[in-house]
Amino acid sequence: MRTMLIILFSAILVDNFVLSRFLGICPFLGVSKSLKTAMGMGFAVLFVLVLAAAITWPINRYLLEGFGIEFLRTLVFILVIAALVQLVETILKKMLPPLYKALGIYLPLITTNCAVLGLTILNIDNGYDFVQSLVNGAGVGLGFMLALFLFSGVRSRVDRADVPAFLKGLPITLVAASLVSLSFFGFKGLIERLFG
Amino acid sequence: MLHALILPLFRLPLAGLAGITLESIAVPVGATAVLALVFGTGLALAAKFFQVPGNEKQAAVRDLLPGANCGACGYAGCDSYAEAVANGEAIPSLCTVGGQATTSALSALMGVEAVAAVPRTAWVMCNGKRTGPNAHTSPRARYVGLETCAAASLVFSGDGSCTFGCVGLGDCIRACPYDAIDLVDGIAVIRPEKCRECELCVAACPKKIIYMIPRDGAIHRVQCRNPSAALDTRKVCSVGCIGCGRCTKVCPSGAIRVEGALASINQSVCTHCGACFDVCPTRAITRAAEPPVIPPAMPS
Repeated sequence: MRTMLIILFSAILVDNFVLSRFLGICPFLGVSKSLKTAMGMGFAVLFVLVLAAAITWPINRYLLEGFGIEFLRTLVFILVIAALVQLVETILKKMLPPLYKALGIYLPLITTNCAVLGLTILNIDNGYDFVQSLVNGAGVGLGFMLALFLFSGVRSRVDRADVPAFLKGLPITLVAASLVSLSFFGFKGLIERLFG
Repeated sequence: MLHALILPLFRLPLAGLAGITLESIAVPVGATAVLALVFGTGLALAAKFFQVPGNEKQAAVRDLLPGANCGACGYAGCDSYAEAVANGEAIPSLCTVGGQATTSALSALMGVEAVAAVPRTAWVMCNGKRTGPNAHTSPRARYVGLETCAAASLVFSGDGSCTFGCVGLGDCIRACPYDAIDLVDGIAVIRPEKCRECELCVAACPKKIIYMIPRDGAIHRVQCRNPSAALDTRKVCSVGCIGCGRCTKVCPSGAIRVEGALASINQSVCTHCGACFDVCPTRAITRAAEPPVIPPAMPS
């Protein structure tokens, strides 16, 4: 249980994929314009992350390691993620048409969200077992949602600010992103203090 | 029995490739193929199981769209644009990827008239160079005053001997937000590749000689707006249109009309054949260098 909590909290706060590992920056900058789409994207990514962790772990263990073809990991994982995103899209379209519409083009773009591939590969590299992988997936997804949630707030403030002309648009967004990222370094050492 | 025969075959080293056996190729390929097959079947079943009974017309529209999902139409993707078109909420000419082919196919399907979405550029309809070694026209006075075309035009219609041509003080250059206009040999010249069709220069020009014309292709245009009689035009500019009408006679599509002593080309009828360009005695008809760009038909 303690291990699970450590994995969960370090994935959300300390090793936040977006703000500390710099994975999944593209949707982080692309979908953080409004809170509503940010949260929709966060939920979709969370769903895909957990499912991807659940599917890639047995594939890696029984197929890739079983046949001694670990070098195919990246290729096979991308295949899994692409199929998964397509499946999520099909299901969402049937079950939750409003969310499907709100996410629009960003839904298929989860395929190329490197946070998903990063999670699946890091799960293997860290030697997590099946349940730990799932917990890590949920943690990373929650961390992604947190980063998007925080940053959409920052951006709405930046939009109203008087930004110098040469910094308008993407430049000030990147500066703001780096500052938010910097703030997350404050969580370094949190795990040791909490659980150590 | 068969198994015992085939497996050793796989283990045979391939000629010339040390350490590589058929097995080391067949296993990864087979594993990936099986995975892909499983996922493909799963997705096909899921698509069947979760099928949304969609609008038939929407599906037909979607089939005609290129599927680039680029969002250039202003909708989230091809699917949402297809829905808007099928419901009659969007016009069929918004897809820039599919271009003219998609627009006409969609228009035919929806039973509306096709609207052409041809990329345009602003163009200065005056080619009379005021300065430089090859000047075509010359000033008839020296203008001293506010350095704008608008101000200069108020004083005896400007300082040029041709009162219809470019004044060359750059009101359009200052109006252009895209830096698409330069002053070359004393007259304004627009670079079509930088023009964004905002038409601010059209409004800024006091001589009203900037026109919007098609951007792509071997566009021919009468680059003169002087309607004076042949002799009067000839006196003030060597590249002015003298209204001789030779272009109207050779034009196979009837795109050229002469009014007063000034020809003009109807760009929506012109076929870029170049016959008028060849016969124009004063070179008032000019053409863009590149060959016509035909919008590619996208497979659906």
